[in-house]
Amino acid sequence: MRIACPYCGPRGLEEFLYTQDASVTRPGAGATGQDWVDYVYIRENTKAPRKEFWYHSAGCHAWLILTRDVVTHEIMAVDLP
Amino acid sequence: MRYSALSLLAQALRGHTGWKPAWRKAMPAPGYDVVIIGGGGGGLSTAYHLARHHHAGRIAVLEKGWLGNGSIGRNTTIIRSNYLLPGNVPFYELAMKLWEGLEQEINYNAMVSQRGIFNIYHNDAQRDSYARRGNAMRLHGVDAELLNREQLRREIPYLDYENARFPIQGALVQRRAGTARHDAVAWGYARAADRLGVDIIENCEVTGIDIENGAVTGVQTARGAIKAGKVGIAVAGASSLVAAMAGLRLPIESHALQAFVSEGLKPLIDNVITFGAGHFYISQSDKGGLVFGGDIEGYNSYAARGNLPTVEDVCEGGMALMPMLGRARLLRSWGGIMDMTMDGSPIIDKTPVKNLFFNGGWCYGGFKATPASGYCFAHLIAREEPHPVAAAYRLDRFAEGKLIDEKGAGAQPNLH
Repeated sequence: MRIACPYCGPRGLEEFLYTQDASVTRPGAGATGQDWVDYVYIRENTKAPRKEFWYHSAGCHAWLILTRDVVTHEIMAVDLP
Repeated sequence: MRYSALSLLAQALRGHTGWKPAWRKAMPAPGYDVVIIGGGGGGLSTAYHLARHHHAGRIAVLEKGWLGNGSIGRNTTIIRSNYLLPGNVPFYELAMKLWEGLEQEINYNAMVSQRGIFNIYHNDAQRDSYARRGNAMRLHGVDAELLNREQLRREIPYLDYENARFPIQGALVQRRAGTARHDAVAWGYARAADRLGVDIIENCEVTGIDIENGAVTGVQTARGAIKAGKVGIAVAGASSLVAAMAGLRLPIESHALQAFVSEGLKPLIDNVITFGAGHFYISQSDKGGLVFGGDIEGYNSYAARGNLPTVEDVCEGGMALMPMLGRARLLRSWGGIMDMTMDGSPIIDKTPVKNLFFNGGWCYGGFKATPASGYCFAHLIAREEPHPVAAAYRLDRFAEGKLIDEKGAGAQPNLH
């Protein structure tokens, strides 16, 4: 896997850290306990392409949002948050 | 046919023409009392224990592909019970005791070898944490021994004791730990279950779970609909996909883990050794290959293969621990999919759907649990209450705050 960093160009996987699913969002004020359980623990975990946060830790330190196929490892898009 | 020295001799005299298949190629019946989804170690062990210890009626195991193609045939064969937390130690120790009697019980040579596991420590803090873990094990009646540097050097002289960055200080040892032949565990449980009347149905992917009025009534499969009184899910690696068929959402992510084997070598490593400064573990198979592995890939994956940075990381860990590894050539590497839970511990529990039971979330520690996983899941399915040693593996422990987080890494599945 190579990731095309918008600032640095295509770089090897070893320069990046995967952090977490970018589709889950922090519940707002007034959220129920179940909303928090869903946010912290429950994941869809399907085979469909997903959005996820990556960090260019050994490069420019940018946070990136990848759209990635979890079966083929193909990266469809690299966006900035 | 019962396997014994006598049956082997009798077959040898007949030119080995009389061996029968170890299990029948069963055709799916219209219905069963219990259907187990997943013909891996967990599913086969569950079916065997259901048939052996419980009057569970007619039982079927449905396997998507062929027996042993999933994680039961992809792991690095290590068995051990060196855990720290009260929710884990009795369960894994039950597994260890079942391993010790497994071959006699199922009349199958699973090559269980209690060669001992050595967890190496490299600094004072790590020694203290291993001493704590060893004490927790001994309080639960599990064997554990803390070796200092000189005691370890007498037993394993070829480690890099003078490594400038990660000097070796000693090891926590569990002598009853070791390895077992992973494929033979699947085949042995399949044969033993088959002999007790269980239908093992291969190439029978489950495509849907039928639910009426909040209770499971059967499954849809690639080979037609099958009615079922109770359904057990034991498909670690694909748990979220199968559970979604019943509308369940799980605290699980799927991640890929790689394993490696070197070319065959003469006997060299007669135990299991783990590196304490990185993630690396190694043993030697009876064929002579060095079997080793390390971390999961770190990002979600349903691809049963990994990427090169992890290969490099694992090999670097090996070289830091035993530099002689650099002389051996890597023969094969492969990958498997792990159910990584949010606290690093498994789930064996009822589900909100009546008569639907779940066993999964084994992270990368499912193989060692195989006998107890099936023993406790069979208990749960038959009696509808958890076995005491698996009572902590609840599905709702995340909502209840009763996590079993051995590593203390928090809700980050890629770090467990």
